[in-house]
Amino acid sequence: MSLDDFEPVIGLEIHVQLATHAKAFSPSGIEFGAPPNSLTDPTVLGLPGALPVFNAAALQCALALGVATGSQIRARSRFSRKHYFYPDQPKGYQISQFDEPLCEHGHLDVLLGNTVKRVELQRIHLEEDAGKNMHVGSVSHVDLNRAGIPLVEVVTAPVITSADEAAEFMRSLHRLVRWLGISEADMERGHLRCDANVSVRRKGEDRLGTRTELKNINSFKFVQAAIEHEITRQVRIVDGGGRIERETRLWDANAGQSAPLRSKEEANDYRYFPDPDLPPLVVEGRVMAEVLRMLPELPVPRFQRYTQELGLAADDAKTLVGERALADYFDAALAAHPVKTSARTLANWILTELLGALNAAGVEIAASPMTPETVSALVVLVETGAISGKIGKEIFEESYRTGEAPKTIVERRGVTQISDEATLVPLIEQVIIANPKQVEGYRGGKESLFSFFVGQVMKATQGRANPVVTAELLKARLKG
Amino acid sequence: MSATIADVTRRIAAGEVTAEGLVDDAFARIGTIDPHLGAFLALDERGARQTARAIDKARSANEPLGPLAGVPIALKDNLVTKDLATTAGSRILEGWLPPYDAHVVEKLRAAGAIIIGKTNLDEFGMGSSTERSAFKPTKNPWDLSLVPGGSSGGSAAAVAANLCVASLGTDTGGSIRQPASFCGVVGLKPTYGRVSRWGVIAYASSLDQVGPITKTVADAAHLLQVIAGHDPRDATSLPTAVPNFAAALEAGVDGLRIGLPREYFGEGIDPGVRAALDETIEALRANGATIVDISLPHTHLALPAYYLVAPAEASSNLARYDGVRFGKRVEGVDLLDMYKRSRGAGFGPEVKRRIMLGTYALRAGYYDAYYKRAQQVRALIKRDFDEAFTRCDVIFTPVAPTPAFAFGAKANPVDMYLADVFTLSCNLAGLPGLSVPCGFTKAGLPVGAQLLGKPLDEATLLRTGAAIERWADITETPPGVATLEPKPDQGTQPS
Amino acid sequence: MAQLSRTEVEEIALLARLHLEPDETTRLETELAAILESFGALAAANVEGIAPMTHAVPVDLALRGDQVEPSLSVDDALRGAPKRAGDVFLVPAIVTGKSE
Repeated sequence: MSLDDFEPVIGLEIHVQLATHAKAFSPSGIEFGAPPNSLTDPTVLGLPGALPVFNAAALQCALALGVATGSQIRARSRFSRKHYFYPDQPKGYQISQFDEPLCEHGHLDVLLGNTVKRVELQRIHLEEDAGKNMHVGSVSHVDLNRAGIPLVEVVTAPVITSADEAAEFMRSLHRLVRWLGISEADMERGHLRCDANVSVRRKGEDRLGTRTELKNINSFKFVQAAIEHEITRQVRIVDGGGRIERETRLWDANAGQSAPLRSKEEANDYRYFPDPDLPPLVVEGRVMAEVLRMLPELPVPRFQRYTQELGLAADDAKTLVGERALADYFDAALAAHPVKTSARTLANWILTELLGALNAAGVEIAASPMTPETVSALVVLVETGAISGKIGKEIFEESYRTGEAPKTIVERRGVTQISDEATLVPLIEQVIIANPKQVEGYRGGKESLFSFFVGQVMKATQGRANPVVTAELLKARLKG
Repeated sequence: MSATIADVTRRIAAGEVTAEGLVDDAFARIGTIDPHLGAFLALDERGARQTARAIDKARSANEPLGPLAGVPIALKDNLVTKDLATTAGSRILEGWLPPYDAHVVEKLRAAGAIIIGKTNLDEFGMGSSTERSAFKPTKNPWDLSLVPGGSSGGSAAAVAANLCVASLGTDTGGSIRQPASFCGVVGLKPTYGRVSRWGVIAYASSLDQVGPITKTVADAAHLLQVIAGHDPRDATSLPTAVPNFAAALEAGVDGLRIGLPREYFGEGIDPGVRAALDETIEALRANGATIVDISLPHTHLALPAYYLVAPAEASSNLARYDGVRFGKRVEGVDLLDMYKRSRGAGFGPEVKRRIMLGTYALRAGYYDAYYKRAQQVRALIKRDFDEAFTRCDVIFTPVAPTPAFAFGAKANPVDMYLADVFTLSCNLAGLPGLSVPCGFTKAGLPVGAQLLGKPLDEATLLRTGAAIERWADITETPPGVATLEPKPDQGTQPS
Repeated sequence: MAQLSRTEVEEIALLARLHLEPDETTRLETELAAILESFGALAAANVEGIAPMTHAVPVDLALRGDQVEPSLSVDDALRGAPKRAGDVFLVPAIVTGKSE
């Protein structure tokens, strides 16, 4: 048998924590690492008599994601109650959306290598998070700080065909929600949590195999590893004539394997029904207009603009759209730049010099000490030949460090490039006189000595000699 | 304590009585009578005195007084009161001290009302006789061998027995109107959304509504004025302006079109009830009202629709009673066992029955046949009312088919459910409903008339109710309570 | 409408997390069947094309602004807890697994 005889079919369900100040249905705050049970109110605790009122900011966030994924937005959606008993679920039900979710039939474009794969989304719906249950020996501790935090659940169609693709989808969604500013998307804090439905079938078969649900895969690495492992496990069973049990499996990252989560002694029956405390959620035109007004250009269209219109290398474009702040920085530098054909040069400076300096200092692009306008000004100096590229890097370093304008530094240091022949010719003369042996060697056919002469002229000018003009003059002089 | 809200506020403002004096009288009377009546589950003597003193101080300083300043009021024990035990009549909440006040409680406090205690009810409001309280029965002040109705039986009995000036109840399927009728007092179920449900312990969220139980229609108007209005903490609270309910009270019924739905006057109505209603209809006609024959053709479906919708919502609302964050816990071998034991021991039989029924109705595969169908029928019932209200201004019906019945008379659940047959539709359709005493049976038991109005038209109900009240003139002390009154020569021993 | 089997009654009780004594189960089996039987008229009602009425009054969902208000104090949050360990609620171990 071979893995190649089989085809995996994967669907993902990803919960994304929305970046609101208050909870989804009540006014207590949200803060990671706060003391246990210090962020509650009667609604969060599910006290008798407490009622939910939905947070407008959570709706805004979900709508932005809906629009960004080209989803159909329901003008009237509905909150339903999903019932199950668990200590982290204070009311005995979770407020979620069931048969009338906010968004349906969207898609997320995922960059695989340099191609784009469109992954269909079945739905994006709003719901509230549960609290935390911590198992301590024979008892559990319950902290309800997290209960009631607004989430969206993004559900893909079963169209993902490899663990790589699944991980890349997760990365793309991560980037998108950060891009939209609707989630802090801090993986360490569980802001994105992924469940995967995985099945395998022999290639050429139409029918889907029995699927298992993998839970608790909350990093890009785990998504990849857990799905990879599950595909192999299923193929081994099916190939050996066995049957896949429909079950939920929990990924154990330390052991690098999964295990069934719970016995199925009791069938699931969530007893969904429309929450009578919450009338239908109506998306008004002005709310939609505001969401559309605030919507930024999205990563994939921007990638396409960078490569197709600006002629950036695909790798550079991909790096730039990896983070909205970086792409915005690049766009701001481009907007400040007088020469519009310089996009590649600007991108090089930003990706090499600026990111290098920022990474070395551990600074985010958003906190860059150097403005996009300054980067542009520096590139202008190089492009117009006022300074050499080499000097440019020195000026960059100083400007980054001190905040001084590149032009001021150049003037103060007197490092403008020397391009005029009247200055360069006498210098070249001196170099030739001072190095008769090398002249002889060059003229005797040792052409590799040419760079020696350029170096000498550079040395004499502290690097300010225009290398192109210098080379031309040298060549002419050495010929004679 | 036979005083009305109007009397009390006037006398306090005039300095004829002090709030503390009223509180003293109230607790003295409760001490004598309530051990035999069972209207209260908890008393807040200290809190009441504190409030009373503050009001007396404000009055002597000539500070402005709230619209309920000094009025002793009792609250049904499913209204959440900060630091005052709130049980909803259930063992599962025994000993719970809420950390917050219900919206209506905040409103009452702000208006200067004196909250004297919490009244008995059928557990979580599920019942029509107050026999389903986990703690004790409440007796009918007119005849101690009869039930006071339910589920707000404690509130109705407390008002009828003059243990307080007024009270609040809740009404999910008739729980204000039916006990008001059985106890000879006024009960108003406002339009759904008129009064905030924040802090009302939910039975069936799409049906529950808080309302006043009072001695007079004017008092009901007064109390509604205080508790009504939009509350942003309840997403079903209506953002509608609250009219002045007292304004139209004296307008009479001349020119009003009063609809009699033929489905409500069929067989099975007690002759005494029927006679009292017929007399009232005649009086309405005689005073200038136009009596209109109307039909509400889906009335026979109200009972099954209600007893699916309400238990379904209840099964969900009661899921939070799990022994983790508050209330009763019975330990077990593991979590599942703890849940089952806590809930098994904490809930009474009627609550369990409705949780089971509701859970069944919401199960996958049954949802469409039961819950969804019931909600569709609900839409038909609402449509009936919309249609009827094009032909009349107010609908007049019995509150209940019978007057107050004996303890244990309705042991069979289906029989008990039938006691609500005339009051359920109002909740399903979200309409306002008023129960006003309109006469007596031959045995001397009070009979209530039910008035149903268009959404948000409590004013017309109150106006019609005030007219009926003037003719009926029920002012006597209920005879059951009279036997408990302190006698100058023999103390307070009851039979 | 459907008759209820004892197994169904037991399933429902488990879903609802209600411990029932055997006699309670027996009684509920009869009572629930009688109640459902009395609801026969509902099954006969013509509800074709009628939208379910999920709310008593037709209003759109009012939303709250994204403002934080002070939390209950930890002690108020835990004041009703039958069992607590410091600042957390204490529950027995989960042996049978999440009940969803």
